[in-house]
Formats: sequence, structure tokens, C-alpha cells
Amino acid sequence: MSPLHFLLTLGLSVAVATMAHAPAWAQDERLVIYNAQHETLAQEWASAFTEQTGIPVILRQGADLEVANQIVQEGANSPADLFLTENSPAMVLVDNAGLFEPLPADVLEAVPPQYRPGNGHWIGIAARSTVFAYNASRLTKNDLPKTMAELAEPQWQGRWAASPSGADFQALVAAYLALEGEEATAQWLEGLKRNAVIVRGNRAALAAANNGEVDGALIYHYYWFGDRAGTDENSNKTELHYFGHEDPGAFVSLSGAGLLASSQHKQSALEFLRFITGAKGQAALREGQSFEYTVGLDQPANPALVPLAELDAPQIDPAQLDNRKVIELMIAADLL
Amino acid sequence: MLTAPSLLRRSGPSRGHALLLAFAAMVALLSLLPLAFVLWIALDSGWETVVAMVFRRKVADLLINSALLLGLALPICLALAVALAFLVERTDLPLRKLWSWLFVAPLAVPAFVHSYAWSSVAPGFHGLWAAVLVSVLAYLPFLYLPVAAQLRRLDPVLEETAGALGRAPIQVFFSVTLPQLRLALCGGGLLVGLHLLAEYGLFVLTRFDTFATAIVDQFQAVYNGPAANLLGGVLVLVCFALLLLEIALRGDERYARVGSGAARPGRRHRLGRLAWPVLFLLIGFVGLTLGVPALTLGRWLIQGGAGIWRLDMIGEALWQTILLALFGALLTTLAAFPMAWLSIRRPSRLQKLLEASHYYVGALPGVIVALALVTIAVRFIQPLYQSVPTLLLAYMLMFLPRALVGLRASIAQAPVELERVAANLGRPPLLAIWHTTLRLAAPGAAASAALVALGIANELTGTLMLAPNGTRTLAMRFWSYTSELNFAAAAPYAVLMVALSLPLVVLLRLEADGRPAR
Repeated sequence: MSPLHFLLTLGLSVAVATMAHAPAWAQDERLVIYNAQHETLAQEWASAFTEQTGIPVILRQGADLEVANQIVQEGANSPADLFLTENSPAMVLVDNAGLFEPLPADVLEAVPPQYRPGNGHWIGIAARSTVFAYNASRLTKNDLPKTMAELAEPQWQGRWAASPSGADFQALVAAYLALEGEEATAQWLEGLKRNAVIVRGNRAALAAANNGEVDGALIYHYYWFGDRAGTDENSNKTELHYFGHEDPGAFVSLSGAGLLASSQHKQSALEFLRFITGAKGQAALREGQSFEYTVGLDQPANPALVPLAELDAPQIDPAQLDNRKVIELMIAADLL
Repeated sequence: MLTAPSLLRRSGPSRGHALLLAFAAMVALLSLLPLAFVLWIALDSGWETVVAMVFRRKVADLLINSALLLGLALPICLALAVALAFLVERTDLPLRKLWSWLFVAPLAVPAFVHSYAWSSVAPGFHGLWAAVLVSVLAYLPFLYLPVAAQLRRLDPVLEETAGALGRAPIQVFFSVTLPQLRLALCGGGLLVGLHLLAEYGLFVLTRFDTFATAIVDQFQAVYNGPAANLLGGVLVLVCFALLLLEIALRGDERYARVGSGAARPGRRHRLGRLAWPVLFLLIGFVGLTLGVPALTLGRWLIQGGAGIWRLDMIGEALWQTILLALFGALLTTLAAFPMAWLSIRRPSRLQKLLEASHYYVGALPGVIVALALVTIAVRFIQPLYQSVPTLLLAYMLMFLPRALVGLRASIAQAPVELERVAANLGRPPLLAIWHTTLRLAAPGAAASAALVALGIANELTGTLMLAPNGTRTLAMRFWSYTSELNFAAAAPYAVLMVALSLPLVVLLRLEADGRPAR
């Protein structure tokens, strides 16, 4: 075979392979969802939705802020119809770029006002609470930190773990910023840099507390519940401490969903939003293995969880969670 | 006619040469896209931002970390590769064949599986030494494979002559044997160095920050921000330093053997009383490289039971991974051939510059390459955004170094005289190369393609960003489940990645094994 022949054959084979794949890429009638929520949960929603309505759904997976930024880069050409996240700052980022279509009242009213932004450009679909998971053999209830601010004080040096590189933690810092202001946040981050054992991922933080390397870890609640329900290997020696008292450490982070203004399938997309905030969609949160909180009206959470209403979380409009400033402060503190 | 002067002609105008040069230049231009992108971001963000983002404490820390990692892991890898290859090829070590397989096998284990396995076996093991250990365990085969192959092919006559002239065996090793391994050591060492710079998955859980981990952190927080790209720029500089070092050390001596007769296998040294301690050490070593990942994957599988084998999802991911790896590997090997040929047959300044453009991308984390292609596709060639061709191009850029190293070594062993004879017998220039060198280098090319396919089968970031909607490779599913902490459900995907990689590793090993001494 001559080189030219070979090239031609290769080109043809690629073309054939492309066509063999074509059904997966024909995006005409399919609802394209850029998903940063857990894939298992989103897939469960998508399958049940398709079963009920006949509308096919394609999920594209990524992490909160990278997908948000990708949507911003795609702008009006974005192939996405909907965007689902784990935390609010990624929604705010897309919203600030003016890419969300404001949602109609009937869609918004599926969740109570505290679980959606004031401007109504997107909607809450699930929630997670900040917790301090502590090693029960190293700390008693009296030794626990009263506030998140306390963790930046000298007595906590080297005693707790966190994963500041993740979107989860950055949402928490955004809440701290909204509640306490820029200067206090910059100082708290300095304290974090000094005091915390820095790991990558909330699971690693929980594991560090569990194996006694540190006394506790500042994470979201569902990592602990998920581990307990699963292998138990990173949580069996830890308990959860909820800060309460409207402390920044009691922050409840809202997972969101928004409709892209550039979408060609707005009716189906709204249908999907109604579905996931409605009885069936929220039941997936209650009954599944995600251990995230439900936010739909009259939709109780998984009975294993401490009810949201009892957490005494601080009041923040999620539209205020400003990721840009957070990143700026974290870079200044050499955390990123 | 076959005349002496035309046989010995070393350079001069040749159409085949010009064509290959043009092709190599095109590949080099494509490879420069990520660098151009990084420079453009730097210019676009202004000098002040560059100063603020580059000249800061964090970057200094990262430089120190990367230097320490390279400075420790690379020499350890080099020394270990030579030691292990010598044991297998030149001593009477029992079960040599088996050991040789076991030393290559870690190639089939994806880097992040190593990482998860170690964090689960030794959760308290962190920092520089943890990073060095997992790097050595994961990347040693990149060096062992070429070094062992080269050692086997060496003509023992040189060593025997040195011995007969009164050199002690240890002197013979350092003054005769080791210098002849130079090409293999340089090529493999460069590959390991590039991977150490670009690797993210291996270091996720070791709490050791390198440029690659910092870039990925930045990317996940701010995506296409100046910080991530400027860190990428610094990484390119580090990489060029590495390339200059390699080019300086490599030299351009001749390594092919011509003449009547053939090289015979070298004499084996007796281990004697050392045999048992050596065996113990090797068992321990293989326990670390293979035992630890096997233990962790096995535990996950057992916890998951039968429920985790969702065959519909697994089958789809397997099929897509195989297709992408296959086409990506073909494309990359083909693209690397012109430069590999030029670097052996026509080394020059221009050629070295073009070659460096082929290599440097290997030191960049996939994120930077993918970001550049996403940006270009979104802005200028929208129909190719999130399409297979763009994804294959990204794979090609990321894995060119893997293809080049293998091709170079096998072309270097094909005598140039054959090409000239074919040309002088009237073959068109490209066909002359095709029928002689390429044919002789074919097993090496297959091995290069296998090495690329291995990389693609485990690649994640680029695939996540560039693949068409609906694509789910094995690596994507593994990542998705582990980020939900569902390790049991992730396990089948990791096992399949290993299973898929095994035939490629067998191919690599057989190629190295079966190549006759030339």
C-alpha cells in the first residue's frame, strides 16, 4: 500500500466511524443538558423524564465552574439547552454573562423563595449543608468550633482539613464573603492557609479526619452520609457538627438549574425543570443514594438527614454569591 | 546504476526529503497552536497581570516542587530501568521472561488508579516522597522497555574486546555498555520527564502540587483565565530546558549495524549467592507496582458485587474508547513519522526546532491543549466544535512524543543504505522510504501506536471538553463515579481500562522481545 493509499484509507475509516456514531450526535430533537450535578442523579432524572414525556435527553458531564465558563465561552452558539450545577456560584457566573432566560412564575413557584435567586433567572433543584465532620475520639462536643471564623484562629493550627481547590469550598467562601465582607474573608483565607491541612477533594478531607491525621474537616454533609451508606471506610470514626446560629459555617449551598436563552427547545426544557422540581424529581433525592436535600414545596428530605429547617442557616440570596472575587482573594492568599 | 558516491551521499536535494520536511513542518505548526494560545492570553492580559500571576510565591513553590520531582524521580527511574534490564538480559536470574513481563505490566494501570490505590492502602503517605514513589512505579516501564530492548540487541563483541584488553567487568559496563544505551535512556527519560510535568491524575491524592495540578485547579475555578495559561507558559519553559538537555545528551552517533554476520546474544553473568536477595527485592517491587492497584480494585469489585456490571453502559463506553484509541493512535503515529525520519536521517537546526515543537506539548496538561482547541473551534470553526476530528487532533498533539520516541529508535536501527539502494534502483523517494525503512521500522511503529493508544484510552480532560455530546469513555465513567464516591460502581471501568491496555502492553513487549539483534 502506498502512503497515499494509506492516508485515504485512514480518512475513510474515520468518516465511517463518524457516521456510525451519528445517532448519538444528531442533536435536533434532543434536550442537551450540561450537567455538573452527580451523573447518577441526573441520569435518573433524564431517564424518568424521557419515559414520561418521550423527549430524549443528552447529558454532557463536567464540574461546576468549568462548565459555567465553557457556556460563557460558547455564548450564543452554545449547544446546551439547560445547565445543572452542584453549587450556586456557577449559576451566577452564567447569569452575569446574561445567558439565562428568565423563568416563568409557574416554574419558579415549585420551590420556596429562599431556594431560588431573587431575580428569578434560575431555580434551586437540591441543597447541601456545610458541616464540620470531626473525629469523635479526638474531640468531644465541648471542643467543637462554635463558628467557622474560629477555625482561622491559632488554636486550630494543623487540626482541620479542607479542599479549597473545589467548587464546593469556593461556594462556602463566597457565602463568607457575602456575609462578612471582603476584609474578613481575606483574613479568614490567610487563617485557612496557616491552619488547614490542604487536600484535594472533600472525600480526602473527610478521610484525614477519620484516620486521625486531623481533628475535623470542613465539608458538605452528603459526603459523610454517602460514605456511611457505602463502604464506611472514611467516616466510621467521625460525627457531624452543624454550626447553626446563622453562622457562615451553617451555609446551605443551593444546586441550581437554568435555561439558556439560546436554547432551541425552550418548551421541553421548561418541562424538564418542572419535572425535576416536582414530586417525581424530588423523590429521586429523597429515596436515592445522593443524600442531597430536597428543595421542592412540600417535599420532605431523606429521613436520614437533619431537616433543612432545623439547620438555622444564614439568609443569603444565592444571586449574591460572587465567584470572581472569591478566586481573586484565593489567588492573593496563594491557595490557587 | 549503483555507484559508490551515490550510496554514500549524505545530503543534497531530494524530493522525498522535502515532502517529509513539509509534512513535519505542518505537524509542528499544529503543535504550536497551544503555545500560540498561551502567548496570546499573555499578551491579551497585559504585562501587569503577567507579573502578578507569574512572579508570586505560589509559582516559586511550584517550580521548586517540579524541579525536586524531576530531580529525584528521573534519576531513580533511569538507574532502576538499567538495573532491572541488566538483571533480565545479562544475568542468569531465574524466570527472566516472567519478570520482564511484570516490569512492563504497570503500563496497563491508569495513573489515577495508582493514585487511588495508594491513598487507600497508605492514607497517611503524602508529599514529595509519595509523589516520587508513585511516579517511579507508574512510569518506569517507559524506560525499562527501550533500555531492555537495546541491551538485548547490543553486539557483545565490543564488550568482549574491552574485557580482553584488561578492563574489569564493572569498567566494561560503564565505559562500553552504558554509552550504547544512550539513545534508549535519553528517549525514555524524556518521555518520563514530560509525563511528570503534565501528569495530574497521579498526584491528585498525594498532596503534592505541581504545575499541572495548579493549572487544573485554576481551570476548574476560572477555566480560561490568565492564571492557568500563564502557569502553562512557565511549564513550556521548563519543558524546553528538558528538551535542550536531552538533545545535548543524545548526540547523533550511528547505532545501526551493517556488515556480514549478525550480532549474537551477550554472555550472561552469574548471580550466584546474590540470586535470593535479588528475587526478594523484585517480588517486593512488583508487589508495589501491581499488587497495590490489584488489591484496591479487587476490594472495590467485591464490595460492588454483581450489581455494578451494568453491561449496557459498560459496553457503550468500551466501544467508544476502543474507537477513539484506535483512530487516535493511527493518526498520531502517522503524523510523527516524518519528524522521526528526519531526526535520524537529516538532523539539522531547523529539524531540531521542529522536533522541539512536536515534543513540548507532551509536557502540558491536557487542559491547556483542550482549552486552546475549544477556543479556536468556538470562534473560528464552529462546525468542528465538539466533533471527533477536533478530539483526534487533541490526542495527536498530546501524544506525539510517545509516538516519536518509539519511531526514532526503530528508524535508527534501519540501515540508511537500504533506502539509498532503493532510490538508486528507481523507486520514487517516498516509496523508497516506505519499502525499506518503514518496513523495517513497522514493528517499532506498531509499538509506538500501542503506546499512544494506551494514553488515549486513559485520557480524561481533553475528552471531557472536546468530545461530541453523548460520548462516554471508560475514563469518563470512572471519573464520574469516583467523584460521586461510588468506588464500587467505578471499579468495572478501571478494570476494563486495564483489560483494554493489556493487549497493547503485550504488543509493546513482544515487539521489544522479538526484534532480532541488528
